[in-house]
Amino acid sequence: MSKGSMVMQDGSLALKPGYADHAADALRDLHQTGDAVFVDVEPHHEPASLIQLGFWIYLMSDCLLFSGLFATYAVLHGHTAGGPTPSQLFDLPYTLTETMFLLFSSFTCGLATLAMNADKKNATLGWLAVTFVLGLGFVIMEVHEFVGMVAIGATAGRSAFLSCFFTLVGTHGLHVTCGLIFMAVMMAAVAKKGLTATNRARLNCMMLFWHFLDIIWVGVFSLVYLSGVVH
Amino acid sequence: MKRTSRSRLLRLILPFSATLLLSGCQWAVLNPAGPIGVAEKWIIDTAIGLMLLVVAPVIVLTLFIVWHYRASNTKARYEPDWCHSTKIELTMWGIPIAIVCILSVIAWRSSHQLSPFRPILSNVKPVHIEAVAMDWKWLFIYPNHNIASVNEVAMPVGVPVVFHITSATVMNSFFIPRLGSQIYAMANMQTADNLVASAPGTYRGISANFSGGGFSGMVFNVKAMSESDYKRWLAKAGSSTRTLNDTEYLALDKPSSDVPVTYYGHVNPDLFAQILNGRLAPGGPLAMKATTITSGGEMGPIGRD
Amino acid sequence: MFGKLTLSAIPYTNPIIMFGVGLLALVILSTLGAITYFRKWKYLWTEWLTSVDHKKIGIMYLILAGLMLLRGFADAIMMRTQQALSYGSNMGYLPPGHFDQIFTAHGTIMIFFMAMPFIIGLMNCIVPLQIGARDVAFPLMNNLSLWLTAAGAMLVNVSLAIGNFSRTGWLAYPPLSELHYSPGVGVDYYIWALQVAGVGTTLSGVNFITTILKMRAPGMKMMRMPVFTWTSLIANVLIVAAFPILTVTLGLLAMDRYVGTHFFTNALGGDPMMYVNLIWIWGHPEVYILILPLFGVYGEIVPTFSGKRLFGYTSMVYATVAIGLLSLLVWLHHFFTMGNSPGVNAFFGISTMFIAIPTGVKVFNWMLTMYRGRIRLETPMLWTIAFLITFTIGGMSGMLLAEPPADFVLHNSLFLIAHFHNVIIGGVVFGVFAGLSYWAPKILGFKLNDTLGRAAFWCWVVGFYVAFMPLYVLGFMGATRRMDHYNVPAWHPLFVVAWVGAVIIFAGIILQVAQVVVSIRQREQNRDLTGDPWNGRTLEWALPSPAPAYNFARTPVVRDRDAFWEMKQRGVELKSSTFVPIHMPRNKATGFIIGGFSFLLAFGMIWHIWWLAAICLAGVLGTLIRHAFDDDRDYYLGADEVRRTEDLHGRVQARSV
Repeated sequence: MSKGSMVMQDGSLALKPGYADHAADALRDLHQTGDAVFVDVEPHHEPASLIQLGFWIYLMSDCLLFSGLFATYAVLHGHTAGGPTPSQLFDLPYTLTETMFLLFSSFTCGLATLAMNADKKNATLGWLAVTFVLGLGFVIMEVHEFVGMVAIGATAGRSAFLSCFFTLVGTHGLHVTCGLIFMAVMMAAVAKKGLTATNRARLNCMMLFWHFLDIIWVGVFSLVYLSGVVH
Repeated sequence: MKRTSRSRLLRLILPFSATLLLSGCQWAVLNPAGPIGVAEKWIIDTAIGLMLLVVAPVIVLTLFIVWHYRASNTKARYEPDWCHSTKIELTMWGIPIAIVCILSVIAWRSSHQLSPFRPILSNVKPVHIEAVAMDWKWLFIYPNHNIASVNEVAMPVGVPVVFHITSATVMNSFFIPRLGSQIYAMANMQTADNLVASAPGTYRGISANFSGGGFSGMVFNVKAMSESDYKRWLAKAGSSTRTLNDTEYLALDKPSSDVPVTYYGHVNPDLFAQILNGRLAPGGPLAMKATTITSGGEMGPIGRD
Repeated sequence: MFGKLTLSAIPYTNPIIMFGVGLLALVILSTLGAITYFRKWKYLWTEWLTSVDHKKIGIMYLILAGLMLLRGFADAIMMRTQQALSYGSNMGYLPPGHFDQIFTAHGTIMIFFMAMPFIIGLMNCIVPLQIGARDVAFPLMNNLSLWLTAAGAMLVNVSLAIGNFSRTGWLAYPPLSELHYSPGVGVDYYIWALQVAGVGTTLSGVNFITTILKMRAPGMKMMRMPVFTWTSLIANVLIVAAFPILTVTLGLLAMDRYVGTHFFTNALGGDPMMYVNLIWIWGHPEVYILILPLFGVYGEIVPTFSGKRLFGYTSMVYATVAIGLLSLLVWLHHFFTMGNSPGVNAFFGISTMFIAIPTGVKVFNWMLTMYRGRIRLETPMLWTIAFLITFTIGGMSGMLLAEPPADFVLHNSLFLIAHFHNVIIGGVVFGVFAGLSYWAPKILGFKLNDTLGRAAFWCWVVGFYVAFMPLYVLGFMGATRRMDHYNVPAWHPLFVVAWVGAVIIFAGIILQVAQVVVSIRQREQNRDLTGDPWNGRTLEWALPSPAPAYNFARTPVVRDRDAFWEMKQRGVELKSSTFVPIHMPRNKATGFIIGGFSFLLAFGMIWHIWWLAAICLAGVLGTLIRHAFDDDRDYYLGADEVRRTEDLHGRVQARSV
């Protein structure tokens, strides 16, 4: 008998959680149990694996959303319409610092995952708090950068290039902000209820989201800032 | 206008009989008046013919199968488990592949040959006409004669015409159905349409892309005429006392539809360029670099810069 | 206080609009009145609006789609009437601004709020049953998707009474849709309606992919999935791949209109061509999102009514996957006339033609499935045959348009209109009706009235040909789309014929409404007591009609493609003697509340009522967070309860050895 199933009194099969995962096992078992008509899902149905897959699919769709923005930036970034150009606006050391904030937050987010897997509630919360602060730092730096640009007249309405810039970078910033809200809610949930199965599943999603935003930022940094200054 | 019920009835019936007597010229696309249109009609005919080779038998066979294998016909063969035949499946993939391959070759070659950007080979020097889509009328400028007209364009028969096209407003599409190929007119951009008329006549020109409230009234006349008539037309337009300067242009630029034909005996020489670079766009002079669409094909860029 | 919203936004001086609004108000008020009179509010709220049961959500999607079909058709017949009248000195009865709103609303409603809810409704009703699942993967999210879609549909319809709708055509090409050329709220209604509904659709996509990949009954390998499940899977993959692009595109247009950016404007470096590309990168897959599930419907109906296995199942699956992939590579064929280089045009023309290969294979498959079958000409089969013929013609005109030079003279003409109605009515709409008459017993528990169904079928088919064949001719005659007036004498009779066709379709729709009413009244006579009224082949027919809330009391083991057919062949009865408790999701108001907030949020954004928008955004976030802390999401249906329900359907087996 495979680990995924057990035989019921009437000869049918009962499968452990996430039964489709074990469909292959079940099939094997069918040879042993003759021609069972039914299988039963065990009562304690835990959809963590569903949530995980669903969230991955959502991330892919979000990734495509960014690809649309990247494509628009790639097409329109040269349309400066006599306004400021990338190299006049971007301050690479500043952005690099900003990037470091996000990269480190991804690292501390990873440490939070390790703590969660080790069942250490307080450590998890602690690392999440550090991640939160780093993420907040990133957002503040970005807002500061935007304010500075607007102050010198480089607004989103100045040229197609600036429209793309503010929208692409701003959408990422908005995602990070949503991530921060997500994180705050999860910290409250963990503090209140501990590392329950549900909270773990959601924390996993949140952490995936956070790393995803990190990867998107690497794209933003290279395509927008780095290539903007190099040109 | 007051109408009696009888004339109403007539109005209702007459068109139907008229349909039966449709003269060829109503079949705009299928009755081209120039080589570009003829070539495009050939593609339509050929493609329909090739596809009918498959489509017609499919329709007939479908109906036959439905009739023959109807449930009440118990004499027909019944094989409930027959669901695979490698031979049939290969044919099934093969036939559409073959047809599509032929059509693809046609698509590839004709896309290049009939690109609207591609100059028409001829030993006669082409006529250049600049066409501007406006809300909701067409402005035609004859750069070599310094004249312009609204909603009417004249061209000599047998002489290739290069239309340089832009828009002073939203997207439109420059289209003379009986001559062939349409192409979009877009602000800050220049496209081109190479056409030639092979028979004299007045053809309908339209915008084929919805552009707002007055769109339906954005119709222009294309007058294909002999070389001598064409010269007379140029002289007639040139004799107009109206001058298309900035003021006149901005007045013309105000939205209007079903605009009567107007001639301008004199035009600012760089009017088209100014429309193109947005100097005359709503909102005042703007320093913008006009993008030029290039054919990208073997013909190289067609832009003015 | 109320942003741009003033009393003058209500077009009370326009009798046509006010008549429409009055009619709508009458229907809504009498519905609300009836609910109150029969004291059904609580039932409606607890059993339907907050339901997480995929079958009920599916039915609600279908109702939404049906209502929007009526609205969209009202627009259609108004357009046909205008074009039949508005010739020469007669300017018709609609001024251009109104006519433009009508064709925009027609396209928007028919695609987003008729066709999409119909296919998502059918998927909801059937896919989980076909794969032997308890429900979809995320039942509450499913409810949320429904309400976001409904909120979008509401917004389009509210624009009728308050303000106006977009006048730009259903894809809102800039710069026409930019603030400078469309200063009113019309385009904003369009943007927000689609954004809100689009989020719902994307979530549906995530939901169904997860459901189909993860929740199939044991033994149902990918290559044993019913074809409808297969085509639904691919359609949902396309949803997840394409809808984010729509969100971006409309988002950027909204930025232009709200923040003053220059993505697609004529000034400061904006590029409208970018929008056209982006919107079609979504738009073309969208066409296949619509048609693929219906290919699956036909793929279920043909074998069932031919009493025969589907011919070339493997070919069918690969063809579906191929169509899905190719559909992402053809978007440029919607604008061959934009001045692309010939090589680019040719590439996209050829890639478009390649779609004809797998599509052709499918047609052959259906034909060969009927070949040597025993064809019962029930209504679903009639729709299918009409589809096969109509769609083949539509495919042919599509291939013609894929030849770039042919498109140069046919682009945007009525030929194009005839083409896509030929495939959308002939493929999608016929497919929806085929699917509805096929699965009605499973969804509702009774068959639909056959006489009325057949009469409606003939009206639709005849009406379709009378309405759209003249448009092909008009296209060849140089008639372009979206004209509110014309002066060419030869066109007029053809427009009148097309109008007659629309009237015949109207008769078909009236017959369908009558069919629904009569069928509900005669439900006891036509009740499906067997659960398998058509001698079906797939798992949904193994259940009683309608299926109990938990679907399968015990999950069946699948051993072949036509799982239920195979069970019947082996003489297996899906009766059981033992039952286990069933884990069920609890109904929640979360989806409805978020849908409501989203509607108001969009309304606030449309009218620049910023405080309302801000409150509603906070409301959406707050509801989500509150939901995160809600642990009371599920319950167990006791084994005794399950046994009682199964007993009602005669599905309990006396305890055997």
